Order: sequence, then C-alpha cells, then structure tokens
Amino acid sequence: MTKDEIKNIIIKTILEIAPDIEEDEIEENENIQRSLEIDSFDFLKILTAMNEELGVEVPEADYSKVDTLENMADYFIQGL
Amino acid sequence: MNEKWIEKNVDDFIVEPNLIDYDKEYQRFSWDDMACGLDGLPSGGLNIAHEAIDRHANSKLADKTALLWLGQNGERKTYTFAKMKKETAKFANVLKKLGISKGERVFTLSPRLPELYISVIGILKNQNVVCPLFSQFGPEPILQRMQRGDAKVLLTTKRLYKKKIIPILDKLPELRFILLLDSDEHENEKVLSFSSLMDEASDIFEILHTEAEDMSILHFTSGTTGMPKGVVHVHKAVYTHYMTGKYVLDLHPDDIYWCTADPGWVTGTSYGIITPWIHGVTNIVDEGEFDAVRWYKILQGEKVSVWYTAPTAIRRLMRIDSEPTKEYDLSSLRLIQSVGEPLNPEAVIWGEKKLKLPIHDNWWQTETGGIMISNLISQTIRPGSMGRPLPGIETGIIRQNEDGTVTEITEPNKEGDLAIKVGFPSLFRAYLHAQEKYDKCFVGDWYISGDLAYKDEDGYFWFVGRADDIIKTSGHMVGPFEVESTLMEHPAVAEAGVIGKPDEMIGQLVKAFISLKAGYEPSDELKRELIGFGRKKLGVAVAPKEIEFQDNLPKTRSGKIMRRLLKAREMGLPEGDTSTLED
Repeated sequence: MTKDEIKNIIIKTILEIAPDIEEDEIEENENIQRSLEIDSFDFLKILTAMNEELGVEVPEADYSKVDTLENMADYFIQGL
Repeated sequence: MNEKWIEKNVDDFIVEPNLIDYDKEYQRFSWDDMACGLDGLPSGGLNIAHEAIDRHANSKLADKTALLWLGQNGERKTYTFAKMKKETAKFANVLKKLGISKGERVFTLSPRLPELYISVIGILKNQNVVCPLFSQFGPEPILQRMQRGDAKVLLTTKRLYKKKIIPILDKLPELRFILLLDSDEHENEKVLSFSSLMDEASDIFEILHTEAEDMSILHFTSGTTGMPKGVVHVHKAVYTHYMTGKYVLDLHPDDIYWCTADPGWVTGTSYGIITPWIHGVTNIVDEGEFDAVRWYKILQGEKVSVWYTAPTAIRRLMRIDSEPTKEYDLSSLRLIQSVGEPLNPEAVIWGEKKLKLPIHDNWWQTETGGIMISNLISQTIRPGSMGRPLPGIETGIIRQNEDGTVTEITEPNKEGDLAIKVGFPSLFRAYLHAQEKYDKCFVGDWYISGDLAYKDEDGYFWFVGRADDIIKTSGHMVGPFEVESTLMEHPAVAEAGVIGKPDEMIGQLVKAFISLKAGYEPSDELKRELIGFGRKKLGVAVAPKEIEFQDNLPKTRSGKIMRRLLKAREMGLPEGDTSTLED
C-alpha cells in the first residue's frame, strides 16, 4: 500500500467520524485534533477504525507520533 | 480502618501541609481570618485582579514568574507578576477607551493563549465581567450564551471568528466589538486587532473602587429543561479561591502549579487563572491538548509540584503500560488533585502505585465557584469518596419533602440530595435574567446541588448520581434540551431524546434517539448527516456522538419525552415507574 493510499484511508475515516468536516479542510501538516476540532474521544475512534482497516494499533504512548495526516501516514507505513 | 484506605503520615511530606488537623481547622475556621491573606484595593473594596496580580507586582514577588506558557509547537513564554501587571493594565485601558462600562460583559472564545490570560485579568481591572466560552463550542451554543449574557465585546481568534461568529453575527446586534487576538490590523470599525489596540494603550491603570459584591465572572451552565443559564459570580468569591488554594491545593510560595483545565470552564478560571496567582504561585499553561508523553515531559521539565487535573486524562494515562516514575523524574510532584467527575477508586490507587502519589478527588460546581468537598493532602483517602467538606463549608444530605420543606438526613450511608448551607463567599448570586430558576435551587438556608450522594459514619461524602438529566461528558456538563432543540431544526427530525450513555473513557457520551418525520427512512447516510449537522451547529464538545433511530420515543401522556426511560433501556436496567407513559 502506498503512502497516498493510506492518506486516503485516513481522510475517509476522519470524514466518516466527523462528517461536518470538508475534505479540503484537512491539511497535510496541521495537527489533526486542533485544526479540525476533533476531540480525544473522536481521535480514539479514528485510530480504532484505522486499526480495523490496516491492522496497525497505535498505543496511547505513541499518540504524539500520529498528530498530523503526514505523520499518521508515515506511522502506518512503518507498521504495515 | 479499611485496607483500601490510603493513610498519610505527616512526617513523610517534603513540605509541611497547610492543614494538618482537619477537625481543629474546621472548628476554628472563620471567613474573616481568610481576609488576612488578601489585601483589598488601595482605592477601597475588593477586586480579584488586584489580589491576583497587582499586589504581587508591587511586592518582592514582582520579578517572580506568574505565567509560564507552553506553546503547542514548543514555544515558551514567561510573564513575571510585574509584566502581567503592565499587560493587564494595557488591556483594561483598551476596554476603557472602547467605552465599555462597569458590569458590561466581555466574552472570551479562544485557545489557551497568553493573551487570553492577560485579557481575563484586564477585564476584571476595568470592572467588566468575564464570560468564558469553550473554544470547541459550535455557533449555536455560542449564540445562546452571548445573547443571554448581553455580550458587548468578544475576544477571539481569526479562525474562530470566521468559522463560528460570522454565521451568527446578525443575531447579536448588541455586540459592539470583536477583538481578534491574532490579527495585526483592524478589519473594520467593529472587528479590531487586539495587538494594535494594546500597542497604543498605556501600561498604567488604577483599579477603581470595586465592591466585593460586584459581578466578576459569568459562567454558563447547562440546564435540563431549558437553555443554558448564566451563573453570576462576584469579586468576593476570591475568599473561597484563597481558602481552597491554601487547604486543597496546599499552595506554598515555591510551588510550580499546573491546572490542565481550559478556561472555557469554571475549573480553568477559578483554578487555572485566579487561585494560583492569589497565592503568588507560578502558574503553568499548556496550549496543547492531552498527550501522555507531552504531559509527563511537562511534569518533569517544569518541575511541577502541585497538579490539578481530571479523571478523563488520568484514565488515559492508565491505559499506558509503563512505569512513569522510572521513565521520568517526577520527584518535584507532591500533590495531585482531580475534578470534573467522580474519580473511580482504581484511579486513586493507580496514582499511588504508578506515580507514587495518590490522586485526591474533590467536588464542586459552577454554582459554588470553588471547591466545597475534598480529599486533602494530609488526610486519609477513602478511594471513591469525594472527601469531607472544607473549613467554612457546611454540607449535608437532605430529603425534599412534599410540602416544600427539607429534612437533613443524619443517618449515615443514606442517599439524598447533596446540599450546602448558604453564606460562603463564592456561592453564585443569580442565574442572569432567571430569578425563578435561581430561587428553585434553594430551600431554607440550603443550596440544593442537584447531585445525589450519601455521607458515611465519619463524614466522608460519596457521589451517587445526578438528580436530573444533565449529562457529564469529559468532565463537562451538557444539557439534553439544548442538544434536542438543535437536532429538531433538521428537516428529517420529528422528535429527539438525548441521554448520557456511560462510557469508560469520558464518563458519559451524548447519545440522541431520533424519530423521523413521514417521508424519511432511517439509513446510515442519514445518521451520518445528522451527526455532521449536530457537530456543525453545536460543536464537538456538545454534539451527539451516537444516534439511534426509533419509530416512536417513549413519552408521558402530556407529550414529554421520557429520557429516563431511554436511558434505562439503553443500559438494560429496569424501567421503573412507567405509569405516566403514554399508551
């Protein structure tokens, strides 16, 4: 799976959990929670959904490594 | 002695606690004695801003760090008490020049930026009233609060202005100015740049005579049957802030204090701004959101000694299988307090094991302005209990009788309404423009909190639940009525019933049951649309996280949706009395 494909899955997941967000609001290097107003609860849901999709779990201690779209995609690529 | 209790030994403390003998302190306490810890205004009266900043800036604490701000991306700014005095004076002058009169309300809607903290004190200096909003509210809750609070000025950021204020601006004709904290230039006569105004303002400001009973802060709290209510606080509340800073947070001059709450909520103002500064203590503010590694690094790097946080965060720390005291040097930390919702016993014990410090739970509300019941650093903790009433605070478990009177339940371990005797300084003075609702909170000389609890043989209080339908999610109150009203605005929605569904992480999550109008069919697509609709209008802090369609919602014969029944069914509990249920 390419990084772009992973990014598309992340974007799809964000839009599923926070349907108020427009796709063009999601910036590559912006903090996902802050820029999109995703709270901790929704962020956990996004990571759970990603785990179901890709089989990669993000432990709580690694949350700072998945803070942006870019970083999250990198994290999942390494985990695959 | 129960084996689960956590006993304290006074000899173990690095710093001698301010309160050692609870019974003695409780007996001999007087509010007048607390006045010794406060100065009063040189021009007469009492003003929180003077007690928090100016008096320290005029003392040997002038060059001590008052605010240590940690930015999301690693920036770090420090403000001494002397600098805070000047900056807050500038903002008071800005408001004065704009013609904002005593008692007029200034709303804040901002992330945790230094300018927000400066503004709050500046607002109080100019004798205006601070009205904090949570930055994750959507346009609808913002509008409801600003209308009810008669907003004259709003402080916010460019992003929040564009996203949340422009859509409601035409409904706020009384709003005179919007000050953008991150804008370099004025946009027009109404939308102004905070920094441009500050550049032109003098850094000298004399606080005018302020009465202890003058309004200081207006917080909004959720209602169960109506829209949010404006909770009026006065400058005299600072007595409670001083008392609780002394006994609960056990503040000493050398402490480095960190309260993780956002100033959009009462903990974030009473304890994230006012209390540490009243005690002349260095206050840490972190702009970032919860992140376990970041938080441990702050505790370690800034040598935090007193930490006030919340169960939601503690439960997330508990998810990590680690030994924090081996990975981080947390040796400066000497006290952890928690508030927002009851702290489960496992969390108290986890603290003892993993952080080498038990976590102290305490209880209070927006209406009480400050902590009322608490576990204390020097006292035995009974995990799961909120602790005992603080000196100066008389609490009881009462039963409301049918004739409108109340009876105090003296028998231990018997559930009833948790109530507080009126007369303590930080008790709210009104629900703004809602006298009848205010009056309903009092019977005789008791303020009835709306929480159910019991008291054990030794005077420890234990939380049981809410007496009404208010939802507590991530430590914040959400009123079901407010959520239902917004959902009803969607063309597909015929009825909405909103409850708090128990959740391991955030306590309760907001769940909406919806019946659809004729012509609409339940589908995943419609569910998604409604979730999005809720989030757009209400914001992530209030909007439902879950939606379930039902053909008909359970109602009373008079047509009122029975949230209690929805909740019982959701939780698989007995349905209780259903005699009023419509056929």
